[in-house]
Amino acid sequence: MSEQFTKPATTDPVVRIEDLSVTFATDAGRVVAVQDVSLQVAAGEVLAIVGESGSGKTVTARSILGLLPETATTRGAILLTRKDGSSSADVVTVKRSELGEVRGRDAAMVFQEPSTALNPVFPVGWQIIEGLRAHGRYTRAEARAKAVDVLRRVGIPEPEKRIDSYPHQFSGGQKQRIVIAQALVLDPGVIIADEPTTALDVTVQAEILDLLRRCRDEFGTAIVLITHNMGVVADLADRVAVMYQGQLVEQADVRTLFANPRDEYTKQLLGSVPRLGQGVARTRERAAARPAGWTTATPVVEARDLRIVYPGRLRKPDFTAVDGVSFAIRPGEVLGLVGESGSGKTTIGRAIAGLTKVTGGSLSVLGTEMNGVKERRFRPVRERIGFVFQDPASSFNPLLTIAQAVAEPLVVHGRAKDAHAARGRVDELLEAVQLPRSFGDRFPHELSGGQRQRASLARALALGPELLIADEPTSALDVSVQARVLELFDELQRELGFACLFISHDLAVVDLLADRIAVLYRGQLVEEGTGEQVLGAPQHPYTQRLLASLPVPDPDEQAARRASWHQLA
Amino acid sequence: MATPATPVRRTRGLPVVRQLKQAVGLQRGMLIAGLVLTGIFLLTAAVAPLLAPYGYDQLRDADGPFGAQQSPSGEHWLGTTVGGYDVLSRVIYGTRTALAVIVVAIVLSLFIGVLIGLLSGYFGGWLDRVLVVVCDAVYAFPTLLLAIVMAIVISGGQSSLWGGIFAAAISITVIYIPQYFRVIRAETVRIKAEAYVESAKVIGASHWRIMTRHVLRNATRTLPLIFTLNASEAILTLAGLGFLGFGIEPTSGAEWGFDLNRALSDVTSGIWWTSIFPGAAIVWVVLGLTLVGESLNDLADPRLRSRRAAEAGETGEVTVVPGGPLGAGPGGLAGIEETR
Amino acid sequence: MSTTATELTGEPAVVPEAAPPSRRRRSGGGLGSYIAVRFLLIFPTIFVLVTTVFFLMRTTGDPITAALGGRLGPEELAERVAAAGYDRPLLTQYWEYLGQLVRLDFGTTLSTNQPVTEVLVDYGAATLELAFYALIVAFAVGIPLGRFAAYARDRWPDAVLRVFAILCYATPVFFAGMLLKLVFSSGLGWLPSNGRASTRSEIIMQTTVDNPTGIYLIDAFKTGNGEVVRDVLEHAVLPAIALGLLTAGVFLRLVRTNVIGTLGMGYVEAARSRGVSERRLLRKHAYRPALIPIVTVIGLQVALLLGGAVLTETTFEWRGLGFQLSEYLQARDFVAVQGLVVLLAVVVAVTNFVVDVLAALIDPRVRY
Repeated sequence: MSEQFTKPATTDPVVRIEDLSVTFATDAGRVVAVQDVSLQVAAGEVLAIVGESGSGKTVTARSILGLLPETATTRGAILLTRKDGSSSADVVTVKRSELGEVRGRDAAMVFQEPSTALNPVFPVGWQIIEGLRAHGRYTRAEARAKAVDVLRRVGIPEPEKRIDSYPHQFSGGQKQRIVIAQALVLDPGVIIADEPTTALDVTVQAEILDLLRRCRDEFGTAIVLITHNMGVVADLADRVAVMYQGQLVEQADVRTLFANPRDEYTKQLLGSVPRLGQGVARTRERAAARPAGWTTATPVVEARDLRIVYPGRLRKPDFTAVDGVSFAIRPGEVLGLVGESGSGKTTIGRAIAGLTKVTGGSLSVLGTEMNGVKERRFRPVRERIGFVFQDPASSFNPLLTIAQAVAEPLVVHGRAKDAHAARGRVDELLEAVQLPRSFGDRFPHELSGGQRQRASLARALALGPELLIADEPTSALDVSVQARVLELFDELQRELGFACLFISHDLAVVDLLADRIAVLYRGQLVEEGTGEQVLGAPQHPYTQRLLASLPVPDPDEQAARRASWHQLA
Repeated sequence: MATPATPVRRTRGLPVVRQLKQAVGLQRGMLIAGLVLTGIFLLTAAVAPLLAPYGYDQLRDADGPFGAQQSPSGEHWLGTTVGGYDVLSRVIYGTRTALAVIVVAIVLSLFIGVLIGLLSGYFGGWLDRVLVVVCDAVYAFPTLLLAIVMAIVISGGQSSLWGGIFAAAISITVIYIPQYFRVIRAETVRIKAEAYVESAKVIGASHWRIMTRHVLRNATRTLPLIFTLNASEAILTLAGLGFLGFGIEPTSGAEWGFDLNRALSDVTSGIWWTSIFPGAAIVWVVLGLTLVGESLNDLADPRLRSRRAAEAGETGEVTVVPGGPLGAGPGGLAGIEETR
Repeated sequence: MSTTATELTGEPAVVPEAAPPSRRRRSGGGLGSYIAVRFLLIFPTIFVLVTTVFFLMRTTGDPITAALGGRLGPEELAERVAAAGYDRPLLTQYWEYLGQLVRLDFGTTLSTNQPVTEVLVDYGAATLELAFYALIVAFAVGIPLGRFAAYARDRWPDAVLRVFAILCYATPVFFAGMLLKLVFSSGLGWLPSNGRASTRSEIIMQTTVDNPTGIYLIDAFKTGNGEVVRDVLEHAVLPAIALGLLTAGVFLRLVRTNVIGTLGMGYVEAARSRGVSERRLLRKHAYRPALIPIVTVIGLQVALLLGGAVLTETTFEWRGLGFQLSEYLQARDFVAVQGLVVLLAVVVAVTNFVVDVLAALIDPRVRY
């Protein structure tokens, strides 16, 4: 490509990890985070390290740059070789001062959250140049020219001007491009990308993945990609290493891994990933089983031209979160609401639950008009609505036991005198969500994310609601946990027959559960229909783009999708 | 690597004990030092009459008057003041005055401040806005000046022991209500947006139930910290008032700031014992309380807490205080949804 | 307290820690409208304080009775009270008082029969000079030591510095002043113990300087007399240290806490991953963002400084506003006290405004 960027000179691996073990000393004693991991990354290769939380993938990646906290003990060897092959160093044993030279030059890092990886009080160009100057001598003009060049290469428009802008003046995707530029400008042999697209929307994710691919193709940079997303793996990786509880369980070429996983855990992991189109048969079956006259039954929720506006502060313009949306949810039906951040999907869910004021149009919930409703009038209706929140970490009062929290709706609506009296019903509920009864006496922080989300479901179902609103109930969970929670959800829905608004950013998850799917884009409902219609033959350009951006966990299919995405873009 | 179950909140009700167990190294040392200093202060106040060789207002004994500005000796270990009082006795009795002021001031400002902070933060609206402006105005103002105004209002200057104590305590209360208000309101506003409060709302729980059961109990976790910091400020304000002549008359009580005021002219002539000891007593108490407060603050703030151990890698779930800041959940998709 | 580092208006200077996504895009008319809104906020602040002080002071009765209560007969007292208008309804008096304030009339002292604004002109310079010296001490001591403590976090220098900071705070300024006087003045005899200058220097300044500024250091330079400059500086050393250390302790703790906070931010880690040296991480990446909340809190220190100035001036007989205030207190001249308190309220409100604007200016997220 360009003389500024070295072609990899060696066929030696740029990263060679041998028998790496990392232990942390914690309050609860020593915790082994990584155990006897050996890996190699060849020049210009993309190695994906996949695993769920706690698998040690991030610790492995960070140890490549010696970025672990001081209390971590590292054993083994991590050999980093320079891109031109001129030198190599063992990060584990190297002196602190030399570590500074190795970092950035031999290996650079791209972080999960681009908005925290950039210092808010310095211009982005300054931050790029700083890295350059840490590793070589440049005049001001040279450094600036290099920074402008790299910004252009990562796709920042008008880099000559934008170089002096501050991070907050860029969008999330642009920020991640800048973080990648910071890494690229040093021309490292390998980039460690730690969940580089997790904080981004699907459509932006596709662009960043494309950029990372160009890093490899144009700059010859190897990439160590840390991710939990199998779709991302299928899109970008050449080779995959699967980690589970600190150990490397399988390592294979990407096609081999997806086609013929050998390890039990890998099989289970791949099996848990929701895939588009899985829900079609189920939806047909459910639709066929509907009683006659169902289509004319009074909807549980009906929105007509719904508008929700947040007033702006300090003379800033109002923000229209939901702009003229109409839809209906009939009894026993699951409506999936899909959209990216800022699409207004959460706002709609909150409005139905009476947490956000409706400012225009009409929203009827179980016969109550929400536009201008008084809390006093709505309170009795609340008994018939359940809500599952996104973040299992914060949806329980940390000072109450699980049993007390699950009993709360029963107590509030007079079904039980106090939490103690409600215990029988609470135990039933816990059993229904497949949690042991004894968990009732635990505090929220003593449960894992998946367990908490089950408990959350138990609380939402305590009063036998006619309508359940689930706001991204599984997005904070690992795939295997997600799969089990979704399964449970589906079972309970069949059994209890409540209507449901299922909000998610993940098309595949929604497809799995929903009878109908509604796609939101910037506060407007752009498309609605069954999974077959919306995902099979999307009409609106946004839906098409969204669908094409979604990486699927199959390398060959994903390659085809990528081609069609390029056409759309 | 399993998510480390955090063995934190077993000893509910005894916050300081819990934090003492949690602390390590330097922070533990600071906390213990603070607790020891504070403990000695409390003990002294409790048994002052037993410790003090003379009464705080005693000018003479069987052998006649003590005499003014006597240097430390066998009879008067710390000498006598310009007014002829025994310095040691007044320093010891001063603990009682200080403690009384702390207790009255904190009880008053705590209740009022917490109540209006909770209501204001929870309900919001115009009353909230007005209260915020008022409290910010008072907060930004020199505390001593307001205390002076309050002292004038309450006692018109000098007064008896309890009159003086209440004058000082109420002046301090007026100043600290805004502080409690700010902290509790900020906590309330934060907690109000937490999913568990929203979930209580969705369930249909009444405002009262949400406020007491969910918000208040979680909002008060910072109180031990403010508590110690304000206690030390109360002492300093009391001393400042005393130093400006708004103290308690020597015949009705012992107050260190007042004694320092009287010792001001001694200093110029090189008489050190009348000022060093009451001053050191103030420093002692404030130091003790502040050390406790600072350590509690550090322990409550994950950024400042030194850990026996590392941040727990990528699961990163280190719950310091119940309801404390849980970072983004396990390395999943948290933070993807819009924040509204 | 330094622990509540939020600021007056609720919305201004963005604290660097964990800026939530909703704040990521601070668009809009930015600085101009921020300054305008912040400026308008001065008025309710002052209004609240004025009202509070007025009604509080009046609940005790009228100032004339307070000042002369024991010394005059009841008839004469009633006459004086009526003449001053203190027997009218409270709201009428309040209204009139507000009117006076708008005309910048803060009342006339009872004891010296001098307008309060004149007191400000006569003694304000002295307080300003003292506050300036104290701030120099506070910055020079607090900020570098705070950075160092953050750097040496949890090691012994950090422990020593933290205890030092707490001691600075735990020692009442007047006690610190008395200790300094005991050691350096009456003990070692190195420095003068009281006043802003020796009588000789004051006479020289009065006689040789046209239009004295009242700020002795400037006036001393104008005399061109090295002796006088030296004398003025010698007088300033102890009060400046006593008052400065109080604020220095706050700065130290503040800088330490904020720098430790920013050292844990993702961007520091990111810069480290690019090979930026630890020294530079501390000096650039951690320090700059930490500075923004610090500047805001420094604004709140003005209040602490003024309160401390009252006590410092009393301790050192430094004839400034604080010293005057305590004189009026002794004389039970509550008109003067009220006037000075309200005047200082205005000073504090305006200073806080200026500091908030400064904080906004150094924060690019507000600036653009």
